Amino acid sequence: MTAFTRGDRVRVRPAGKPGHVRTPDYLKGRSGWISSVLGHFPNPEDLAYGLSGIPARTLYRVGFRQPDIWTGYEGPAGDRLYADVYEHWLEPEGER
Amino acid sequence: MSDGHPHEEVPQERSPYAARIRAMEDLLVGKGVLTEAEIQDRIEYMESRTPANGAKLVARAWTDPAFKERLLSNAKAAARELGLDPTHEAEFIAVENKPEVHNLIVCTLCSCYPRAVLGRPPDWYKSFEYRSRAVREPRAVMREFGFEPEENVEVAVFDSTADVRYMVLPMRPERTEGMDEEELAALVTRDALVGVSVPRFEDAAAN
Repeated sequence: MTAFTRGDRVRVRPAGKPGHVRTPDYLKGRSGWISSVLGHFPNPEDLAYGLSGIPARTLYRVGFRQPDIWTGYEGPAGDRLYADVYEHWLEPEGER
Repeated sequence: MSDGHPHEEVPQERSPYAARIRAMEDLLVGKGVLTEAEIQDRIEYMESRTPANGAKLVARAWTDPAFKERLLSNAKAAARELGLDPTHEAEFIAVENKPEVHNLIVCTLCSCYPRAVLGRPPDWYKSFEYRSRAVREPRAVMREFGFEPEENVEVAVFDSTADVRYMVLPMRPERTEGMDEEELAALVTRDALVGVSVPRFEDAAAN
């Protein structure tokens, strides 16, 4: 079982975390949906420091509407962005 | 075209980055972490990977619908079918351009790219400018590469932030019905595999 499944609405945690992070700043606090469950991988944020990265973390492809990310986005409202985000960076939308 | 002297690029060799790499290489070899032979093997490995591998995958997908399905569902297995070796890739996924969706690949955090299949990414792919602008104004970036998707086509940007490496499967251009796989592969540029451009029939003459 994974915490989220395809289609779930999610929000990227707006947390600051020092060191090696795989969630880009521009997505923090942004809302989107689970586009696919990509699998389980050793946590790269630990691997970067020579740790095992175990337990493996679930990786999701998360979809976003471009206008939900950028104010004044230049293109049509239907444009999208997909990013691969680990489970510990996601929360159900609406939760604080 | 130059007159074939690869050494014309010597000034780059003197850049501070090159000097730093040489110094690190010396240290790693000196301390027994790596051998010169291992470094050479790795360079040869990288040099043997080129965008032509991606073009082969695309041309086969255009001519063989069953292969296309396999490429989209398991790109690593599909690559092996064509004799390519994606073993050292993390995950490898091909995303399909459709009449209603155009895909563009970027890595905003560093320079993730399907190197085991396509080799080293172009320098512009690693630049801060491309990495910051491709997510924020993808249409402006593509316009600068000479490509402009219609307003009613959705632009889907893939930011490869983690363990997946992405390649675009472009659409087969019109007027290429009579072309064989090799001729089709010659239309598929590295830029098209990243998605900043698309293959065009007109490029056949240029190749």
